[in-house]
Amino acid sequence: MTELQMKEQVLRMSGVDPLKCMRCGKCSGTCPSYDEMEYHPHEFVYMVEKGQISKLMASDSIYKCLSCMACVERCPRGVEPGKLVEAIRLLAVRRQGANHLKPDDIPALLDEDLPQQAIVTAFRKYTK
Amino acid sequence: MKVSYYPGCTLKTKAKELDKYGRRAAEALGITLEEIENWQCCGGAFTSASDEIATKLSSVRALAEARDKGQDLITLCSACHNVIKRTNDAMANNADFSMKANNYMKLDTPYTGETKVIHYLEMLRDTVGFDELAKKVVNPLKGKKIAAYYGCLLLRPGKVMAMDNPENPRIIEDFIKAIGAEPVIYPYRNECCGGYITLEDKTIAAKKSNKVLHSAAVAGAEMVITACPLCLYNLQKNGTEDLPVVYFTELLAEALGVKED
Ligand code: SF4
Ligand code: SF4
Ligand code: SF4
Ligand code: SF4
Repeated sequence: MTELQMKEQVLRMSGVDPLKCMRCGKCSGTCPSYDEMEYHPHEFVYMVEKGQISKLMASDSIYKCLSCMACVERCPRGVEPGKLVEAIRLLAVRRQGANHLKPDDIPALLDEDLPQQAIVTAFRKYTK
Repeated sequence: MKVSYYPGCTLKTKAKELDKYGRRAAEALGITLEEIENWQCCGGAFTSASDEIATKLSSVRALAEARDKGQDLITLCSACHNVIKRTNDAMANNADFSMKANNYMKLDTPYTGETKVIHYLEMLRDTVGFDELAKKVVNPLKGKKIAAYYGCLLLRPGKVMAMDNPENPRIIEDFIKAIGAEPVIYPYRNECCGGYITLEDKTIAAKKSNKVLHSAAVAGAEMVITACPLCLYNLQKNGTEDLPVVYFTELLAEALGVKED
Protein backbone atom coordinates (compact mmCIF):
# COMPACT_ATOMS: atom_id res chain seq x y z
CA MET A 1 0.00 0.00 0.00
CA THR A 2 1.17 3.53 -0.71
CA GLU A 3 1.18 6.17 2.03
CA LEU A 4 -1.85 7.77 0.43
CA GLN A 5 -3.77 4.50 0.38
CA MET A 6 -2.87 3.88 4.00
CA LYS A 7 -4.02 7.36 4.93
CA GLU A 8 -7.35 6.79 3.21
CA GLN A 9 -7.71 3.46 4.96
CA VAL A 10 -7.01 5.01 8.37
CA LEU A 11 -9.52 7.79 7.76
CA ARG A 12 -12.14 5.28 6.67
CA MET A 13 -11.62 2.95 9.64
CA SER A 14 -11.53 5.72 12.24
CA GLY A 15 -14.08 8.10 10.79
CA VAL A 16 -11.76 10.95 11.87
CA ASP A 17 -11.36 14.20 9.92
CA PRO A 18 -7.89 15.58 10.81
CA LEU A 19 -8.72 18.88 9.09
CA LYS A 20 -11.03 19.75 11.98
CA CYS A 21 -8.02 19.97 14.31
CA MET A 22 -7.03 23.47 15.46
CA ARG A 23 -3.76 22.24 17.01
CA CYS A 24 -4.57 23.35 20.53
CA GLY A 25 -2.80 20.35 22.05
CA LYS A 26 -5.49 19.62 24.62
CA CYS A 27 -5.57 15.95 23.61
CA SER A 28 -1.89 15.56 24.38
CA GLY A 29 -2.19 17.63 27.55
CA THR A 30 -4.77 15.22 28.92
CA CYS A 31 -3.22 11.97 27.64
CA PRO A 32 -2.19 9.72 30.55
CA SER A 33 0.45 8.09 28.37
CA TYR A 34 2.04 11.34 27.21
CA ASP A 35 5.40 10.65 28.86
CA GLU A 36 5.62 7.20 27.29
CA MET A 37 4.92 8.25 23.72
CA GLU A 38 7.30 9.25 20.96
CA TYR A 39 4.41 10.76 18.99
CA HIS A 40 1.59 12.32 21.00
CA PRO A 41 -2.11 12.42 20.15
CA HIS A 42 -2.00 15.83 18.43
CA GLU A 43 0.98 14.62 16.39
CA PHE A 44 -0.98 11.59 15.27
CA VAL A 45 -3.61 13.96 13.92
CA TYR A 46 -1.05 16.13 12.13
CA MET A 47 0.97 13.22 10.75
CA VAL A 48 -2.12 11.44 9.45
CA GLU A 49 -3.12 14.65 7.71
CA LYS A 50 0.34 14.74 6.13
CA GLY A 51 0.11 11.07 5.18
CA GLN A 52 2.99 9.84 7.37
CA ILE A 53 1.34 6.56 8.30
CA SER A 54 4.28 4.16 8.11
CA LYS A 55 6.29 6.31 10.55
CA LEU A 56 3.45 6.05 13.06
CA MET A 57 3.04 2.32 12.41
CA ALA A 58 6.71 1.77 13.20
CA SER A 59 6.59 3.72 16.47
CA ASP A 60 6.09 2.10 19.88
CA SER A 61 3.62 4.90 20.64
CA ILE A 62 0.80 2.81 19.18
CA TYR A 63 1.31 0.27 21.97
CA LYS A 64 1.48 2.87 24.73
CA CYS A 65 -2.00 4.29 24.17
CA LEU A 66 -4.37 3.07 26.91
CA SER A 67 -7.56 3.55 24.86
CA CYS A 68 -8.86 5.61 27.76
CA MET A 69 -10.67 7.97 25.36
CA ALA A 70 -9.73 11.05 27.40
CA CYS A 71 -8.49 12.72 24.20
CA VAL A 72 -11.72 11.76 22.42
CA GLU A 73 -13.86 13.18 25.22
CA ARG A 74 -11.90 16.39 25.72
CA CYS A 75 -11.02 17.55 22.22
CA PRO A 76 -12.85 20.86 21.74
CA ARG A 77 -13.28 20.14 18.02
CA GLY A 78 -14.50 16.55 18.23
CA VAL A 79 -11.50 15.21 16.31
CA GLU A 80 -11.18 11.96 18.33
CA PRO A 81 -7.41 11.34 18.07
CA GLY A 82 -7.61 8.05 20.03
CA LYS A 83 -9.50 6.52 17.13
CA LEU A 84 -6.58 7.32 14.83
CA VAL A 85 -4.16 5.60 17.20
CA GLU A 86 -6.42 2.57 17.22
CA ALA A 87 -6.76 2.42 13.44
CA ILE A 88 -2.99 2.70 12.92
CA ARG A 89 -2.28 0.03 15.52
CA LEU A 90 -4.73 -2.26 13.74
CA LEU A 91 -3.03 -1.65 10.39
CA ALA A 92 0.26 -2.56 12.04
CA VAL A 93 -0.85 -5.78 13.75
CA ARG A 94 -2.91 -6.97 10.81
CA ARG A 95 0.30 -7.56 8.86
CA GLN A 96 1.49 -11.15 8.69
CA GLY A 97 3.58 -12.07 11.74
CA ALA A 98 3.32 -8.59 13.26
CA ASN A 99 1.42 -9.47 16.44
CA HIS A 100 2.75 -7.37 19.30
CA LEU A 101 1.77 -9.94 21.95
CA LYS A 102 2.16 -13.67 21.45
CA PRO A 103 0.37 -16.43 23.36
CA ASP A 104 3.76 -17.80 24.39
CA ASP A 105 4.53 -14.51 26.13
CA ILE A 106 1.53 -14.87 28.44
CA PRO A 107 2.64 -17.45 31.06
CA ALA A 108 5.55 -15.27 32.15
CA LEU A 109 3.22 -12.30 32.59
CA LEU A 110 0.66 -14.02 34.79
CA ASP A 111 0.24 -13.68 38.52
CA GLU A 112 -2.46 -15.14 40.70
CA ASP A 113 -4.60 -11.98 40.79
CA LEU A 114 -4.37 -10.86 37.17
CA PRO A 115 -7.94 -10.67 35.87
CA GLN A 116 -8.81 -12.48 32.62
CA GLN A 117 -10.04 -9.13 31.38
CA ALA A 118 -6.44 -7.86 31.21
CA ILE A 119 -5.36 -10.74 28.99
CA VAL A 120 -8.27 -10.69 26.57
CA THR A 121 -8.10 -6.91 26.30
CA ALA A 122 -4.38 -6.97 25.60
CA PHE A 123 -4.98 -9.55 22.88
CA ARG A 124 -7.67 -7.38 21.36
CA LYS A 125 -5.35 -4.42 21.33
CA TYR A 126 -2.06 -5.99 20.39
CA THR A 127 -2.86 -8.87 18.06
CA LYS A 128 -4.88 -9.98 15.06
CA MET B 1 -38.78 -8.20 38.53
CA LYS B 2 -36.51 -10.13 36.18
CA VAL B 3 -33.80 -8.73 33.96
CA SER B 4 -31.22 -10.29 31.66
CA TYR B 5 -27.72 -10.29 33.08
CA TYR B 6 -24.36 -10.53 31.34
CA PRO B 7 -21.70 -11.44 33.93
CA GLY B 8 -18.63 -11.70 31.68
CA CYS B 9 -15.59 -13.94 31.97
CA THR B 10 -13.75 -12.18 34.79
CA LEU B 11 -16.76 -12.28 37.11
CA LYS B 12 -16.68 -16.06 36.79
CA THR B 13 -13.02 -16.28 37.73
CA LYS B 14 -10.91 -13.60 39.41
CA ALA B 15 -13.77 -11.25 40.25
CA LYS B 16 -16.28 -13.68 41.74
CA GLU B 17 -17.09 -11.31 44.62
CA LEU B 18 -18.20 -8.56 42.25
CA ASP B 19 -20.76 -11.01 40.84
CA LYS B 20 -21.76 -12.78 44.05
CA TYR B 21 -22.51 -9.64 46.04
CA GLY B 22 -24.16 -8.04 43.03
CA ARG B 23 -26.63 -10.91 42.70
CA ARG B 24 -27.37 -11.07 46.41
CA ALA B 25 -27.95 -7.36 46.71
CA ALA B 26 -30.20 -7.33 43.64
CA GLU B 27 -32.34 -10.12 45.15
CA ALA B 28 -32.62 -8.13 48.37
CA LEU B 29 -33.88 -5.23 46.26
CA GLY B 30 -36.46 -7.38 44.49
CA ILE B 31 -34.59 -7.83 41.21
CA THR B 32 -33.54 -11.22 39.84
CA LEU B 33 -30.53 -11.16 37.55
CA GLU B 34 -31.18 -13.89 34.98
CA GLU B 35 -27.91 -14.88 33.41
CA ILE B 36 -28.37 -15.10 29.65
CA GLU B 37 -27.62 -18.50 28.16
CA ASN B 38 -24.46 -19.33 26.28
CA TRP B 39 -22.95 -15.88 26.57
CA GLN B 40 -19.42 -15.51 25.31
CA CYS B 41 -16.65 -13.20 26.46
CA CYS B 42 -17.06 -9.72 24.97
CA GLY B 43 -13.30 -9.42 24.45
CA GLY B 44 -12.77 -6.72 27.04
CA ALA B 45 -12.26 -3.88 24.57
CA PHE B 46 -14.44 -2.28 21.95
CA THR B 47 -12.54 -1.67 18.75
CA SER B 48 -13.60 1.68 17.40
CA ALA B 49 -12.46 0.84 13.84
CA SER B 50 -15.64 0.39 11.82
CA ASP B 51 -14.24 -2.44 9.68
CA GLU B 52 -13.87 -4.75 12.70
CA ILE B 53 -16.90 -7.03 12.60
CA ALA B 54 -16.16 -10.49 14.00
CA THR B 55 -14.73 -9.19 17.28
CA LYS B 56 -18.07 -7.56 18.08
CA LEU B 57 -20.38 -10.50 17.38
CA SER B 58 -20.36 -12.03 20.87
CA SER B 59 -21.85 -8.79 22.16
CA VAL B 60 -24.48 -8.76 19.40
CA ARG B 61 -25.45 -12.30 20.36
CA ALA B 62 -25.97 -11.30 24.00
CA LEU B 63 -27.95 -8.22 22.96
CA ALA B 64 -30.19 -10.22 20.65
CA GLU B 65 -30.88 -12.79 23.33
CA ALA B 66 -32.07 -10.13 25.78
CA ARG B 67 -34.21 -8.64 23.02
CA ASP B 68 -35.82 -12.02 22.33
CA LYS B 69 -36.70 -12.32 26.03
CA GLY B 70 -38.08 -8.79 26.05
CA GLN B 71 -35.75 -7.77 28.87
CA ASP B 72 -33.21 -5.07 29.57
CA LEU B 73 -29.59 -6.27 29.64
CA ILE B 74 -27.79 -5.57 32.90
CA THR B 75 -23.98 -5.45 33.01
CA LEU B 76 -21.71 -5.15 36.02
CA CYS B 77 -18.07 -5.19 34.85
CA SER B 78 -17.15 -1.73 33.50
CA ALA B 79 -15.37 -3.26 30.52
CA CYS B 80 -18.28 -5.50 29.50
CA HIS B 81 -20.57 -2.53 29.83
CA ASN B 82 -18.38 -0.38 27.61
CA VAL B 83 -18.04 -3.06 24.93
CA ILE B 84 -21.70 -4.11 24.86
CA LYS B 85 -23.10 -0.60 25.02
CA ARG B 86 -20.84 0.65 22.22
CA THR B 87 -21.61 -2.38 20.10
CA ASN B 88 -25.30 -1.73 20.62
CA ASP B 89 -24.84 1.86 19.53
CA ALA B 90 -23.03 0.70 16.39
CA MET B 91 -25.84 -1.78 15.63
CA ALA B 92 -28.40 1.00 15.95
CA ASN B 93 -26.53 3.78 14.17
CA ASN B 94 -24.02 2.32 11.74
CA ALA B 95 -26.04 0.75 8.92
CA ASP B 96 -23.03 -0.76 7.17
CA PHE B 97 -21.71 -2.45 10.33
CA SER B 98 -25.18 -3.59 11.33
CA MET B 99 -25.82 -5.16 7.93
CA LYS B 100 -22.52 -7.03 7.97
CA ALA B 101 -23.01 -8.25 11.54
CA ASN B 102 -26.54 -9.44 10.74
CA ASN B 103 -25.29 -11.22 7.61
CA TYR B 104 -22.87 -13.19 9.77
CA MET B 105 -25.31 -13.95 12.54
CA LYS B 106 -28.35 -15.03 10.52
CA LEU B 107 -30.69 -14.48 13.47
CA ASP B 108 -34.39 -15.29 13.06
CA THR B 109 -35.08 -11.60 13.51
CA PRO B 110 -32.25 -9.23 12.54
CA TYR B 111 -30.90 -7.21 15.45
CA THR B 112 -30.80 -3.43 15.13
CA GLY B 113 -30.00 -2.15 18.62
CA GLU B 114 -33.37 -2.62 20.34
CA THR B 115 -32.06 -3.77 23.72
CA LYS B 116 -31.46 -1.31 26.53
CA VAL B 117 -28.02 -1.87 28.05
CA ILE B 118 -28.03 -0.82 31.69
CA HIS B 119 -25.13 -0.86 34.09
CA TYR B 120 -25.90 -2.16 37.58
CA LEU B 121 -25.25 1.32 39.01
CA GLU B 122 -27.80 2.79 36.59
CA MET B 123 -30.25 0.10 37.69
CA LEU B 124 -29.75 1.24 41.30
CA ARG B 125 -30.27 4.87 40.33
CA ASP B 126 -33.08 4.57 37.79
CA THR B 127 -34.98 1.35 38.57
CA VAL B 128 -34.58 1.04 42.34
CA GLY B 129 -33.87 4.72 43.07
CA PHE B 130 -31.20 5.85 45.52
CA ASP B 131 -33.85 7.11 47.97
CA GLU B 132 -35.53 3.70 48.01
CA LEU B 133 -32.16 2.02 48.33
CA ALA B 134 -31.35 4.20 51.35
CA LYS B 135 -34.58 3.05 53.01
CA LYS B 136 -33.55 -0.59 52.64
CA VAL B 137 -30.13 -0.13 54.19
CA VAL B 138 -29.87 -1.98 57.51
CA ASN B 139 -26.14 -1.45 58.21
CA PRO B 140 -25.38 2.13 57.17
CA LEU B 141 -21.65 2.62 56.64
CA LYS B 142 -21.70 5.70 58.84
CA GLY B 143 -18.75 8.04 58.77
CA LYS B 144 -16.79 5.99 56.27
CA LYS B 145 -14.97 8.21 53.77
CA ILE B 146 -15.12 6.52 50.41
CA ALA B 147 -13.60 7.55 47.09
CA ALA B 148 -15.50 6.55 43.95
CA TYR B 149 -13.17 5.43 41.18
CA TYR B 150 -14.84 5.68 37.78
CA GLY B 151 -11.79 5.06 35.64
CA CYS B 152 -12.39 5.49 31.96
CA LEU B 153 -14.71 2.76 30.69
CA LEU B 154 -17.91 3.63 32.54
CA LEU B 155 -18.02 7.19 31.28
CA ARG B 156 -16.31 7.42 27.89
CA PRO B 157 -17.05 8.12 25.16
CA GLY B 158 -19.69 10.18 26.94
CA LYS B 159 -21.95 10.57 23.92
CA VAL B 160 -22.44 6.80 23.71
CA MET B 161 -22.10 5.70 27.34
CA ALA B 162 -24.47 8.45 28.54
CA MET B 163 -24.31 7.21 32.13
CA ASP B 164 -23.53 10.54 33.68
CA ASN B 165 -21.64 13.78 33.05
CA PRO B 166 -18.31 12.29 31.91
CA GLU B 167 -16.27 15.14 33.37
CA ASN B 168 -18.16 15.60 36.62
CA PRO B 169 -20.02 12.39 37.42
CA ARG B 170 -22.01 11.80 40.61
CA ILE B 171 -23.67 8.40 40.27
CA ILE B 172 -21.17 6.53 42.47
CA GLU B 173 -21.04 9.40 44.98
CA ASP B 174 -24.85 9.26 45.20
CA PHE B 175 -24.58 5.52 45.72
CA ILE B 176 -22.08 6.07 48.54
CA LYS B 177 -24.50 8.49 50.22
CA ALA B 178 -27.37 6.03 49.81
CA ILE B 179 -25.49 3.37 51.80
CA GLY B 180 -24.85 5.88 54.55
CA ALA B 181 -21.20 6.71 53.90
CA GLU B 182 -19.46 9.93 52.92
CA PRO B 183 -18.18 10.38 49.34
CA VAL B 184 -14.74 11.92 48.83
CA ILE B 185 -14.29 13.95 45.64
CA TYR B 186 -10.76 13.87 44.19
CA PRO B 187 -9.26 15.01 40.86
CA TYR B 188 -8.23 11.63 39.45
CA ARG B 189 -11.52 9.80 39.89
CA ASN B 190 -12.12 9.66 36.13
CA GLU B 191 -8.53 9.29 34.94
CA CYS B 192 -7.21 5.97 33.66
CA CYS B 193 -5.38 3.45 35.89
CA GLY B 194 -3.39 2.11 32.95
CA GLY B 195 -5.67 -0.80 32.11
CA TYR B 196 -4.15 -3.55 29.99
CA ILE B 197 -0.77 -1.73 29.82
CA THR B 198 0.10 -3.81 32.89
CA LEU B 199 0.93 -6.62 30.45
CA GLU B 200 3.05 -4.35 28.25
CA ASP B 201 4.86 -2.33 30.89
CA LYS B 202 4.15 -2.62 34.60
CA THR B 203 5.94 0.60 35.45
CA ILE B 204 3.41 2.63 33.43
CA ALA B 205 0.50 0.91 35.19
CA ALA B 206 2.18 1.59 38.55
CA LYS B 207 2.64 5.28 37.75
CA LYS B 208 -0.97 5.73 36.63
CA SER B 209 -2.42 3.75 39.53
CA ASN B 210 -0.40 5.61 42.12
CA LYS B 211 -1.56 8.95 40.77
CA VAL B 212 -5.14 7.86 41.30
CA LEU B 213 -4.56 6.41 44.76
CA HIS B 214 -2.47 9.33 45.92
CA SER B 215 -5.11 11.75 44.72
CA ALA B 216 -7.77 9.85 46.71
CA ALA B 217 -5.59 9.57 49.81
CA VAL B 218 -4.75 13.28 49.86
CA ALA B 219 -8.47 14.05 49.67
CA GLY B 220 -8.97 12.01 52.84
CA ALA B 221 -10.37 8.74 51.51
CA GLU B 222 -10.20 5.61 53.68
CA MET B 223 -11.26 3.33 50.88
CA VAL B 224 -11.72 3.28 47.10
CA ILE B 225 -14.58 1.54 45.31
CA THR B 226 -14.79 0.40 41.69
CA ALA B 227 -16.88 -1.66 39.29
CA CYS B 228 -13.92 -2.84 37.22
CA PRO B 229 -11.77 -5.92 37.98
CA LEU B 230 -8.82 -4.48 36.10
CA CYS B 231 -9.01 -1.16 37.97
CA LEU B 232 -9.04 -3.14 41.21
CA TYR B 233 -6.03 -5.15 40.13
CA ASN B 234 -4.03 -2.16 38.97
CA LEU B 235 -4.76 -0.04 42.02
CA GLN B 236 -4.04 -2.88 44.43
CA LYS B 237 -1.20 -4.76 42.76
CA ASN B 238 0.55 -2.03 40.83
CA GLY B 239 -0.17 0.81 43.24
CA THR B 240 1.86 1.19 46.42
CA GLU B 241 -0.46 3.48 48.40
CA ASP B 242 -1.91 1.74 51.44
CA LEU B 243 -5.60 2.22 50.64
CA PRO B 244 -8.07 -0.67 50.38
CA VAL B 245 -9.85 -1.03 47.03
CA VAL B 246 -13.11 -2.99 46.95
CA TYR B 247 -16.00 -3.67 44.59
CA PHE B 248 -19.01 -1.43 45.13
CA THR B 249 -21.28 -4.50 45.26
CA GLU B 250 -19.49 -5.74 48.36
CA LEU B 251 -20.36 -2.55 50.25
CA LEU B 252 -23.89 -2.68 48.87
CA ALA B 253 -24.37 -6.23 50.14
CA GLU B 254 -22.90 -5.23 53.50
CA ALA B 255 -25.21 -2.24 53.81
CA LEU B 256 -28.24 -4.36 52.90
CA GLY B 257 -27.24 -7.00 55.45
CA VAL B 258 -26.83 -9.80 52.91
CA LYS B 259 -23.05 -10.03 52.76
CA GLU B 260 -22.60 -13.07 54.98
CA ASP B 261 -23.94 -16.49 53.94
S1 SF4 C 1 -7.52 18.45 21.19
FE1 SF4 C 1 -8.49 18.21 19.21
S2 SF4 C 1 -8.24 20.18 18.21
FE2 SF4 C 1 -6.81 20.13 19.92
S3 SF4 C 1 -4.91 19.35 19.04
FE3 SF4 C 1 -6.00 17.61 19.80
S4 SF4 C 1 -7.15 16.88 18.07
FE4 SF4 C 1 -6.52 18.93 17.59
S1 SF4 D 1 -6.92 7.21 24.16
FE1 SF4 D 1 -4.73 6.87 23.98
S2 SF4 D 1 -3.99 8.71 23.03
FE2 SF4 D 1 -6.00 9.19 23.79
S3 SF4 D 1 -5.69 10.08 25.81
FE3 SF4 D 1 -6.03 7.88 26.10
S4 SF4 D 1 -4.00 6.99 26.09
FE4 SF4 D 1 -3.80 9.03 25.22
S1 SF4 E 1 -15.09 -7.25 29.76
FE1 SF4 E 1 -14.05 -8.61 30.53
S2 SF4 E 1 -14.77 -9.56 31.96
FE2 SF4 E 1 -16.18 -8.63 30.76
S3 SF4 E 1 -16.56 -10.47 29.43
FE3 SF4 E 1 -15.51 -9.01 28.58
S4 SF4 E 1 -13.50 -9.60 28.81
FE4 SF4 E 1 -14.60 -10.72 30.03
S1 SF4 F 1 -9.06 -0.71 34.13
FE1 SF4 F 1 -8.21 1.30 34.09
S2 SF4 F 1 -8.19 1.37 32.02
FE2 SF4 F 1 -9.77 0.16 32.62
S3 SF4 F 1 -11.54 1.18 33.12
FE3 SF4 F 1 -10.48 0.76 34.65
S4 SF4 F 1 -9.54 2.80 34.56
FE4 SF4 F 1 -9.84 2.48 32.63
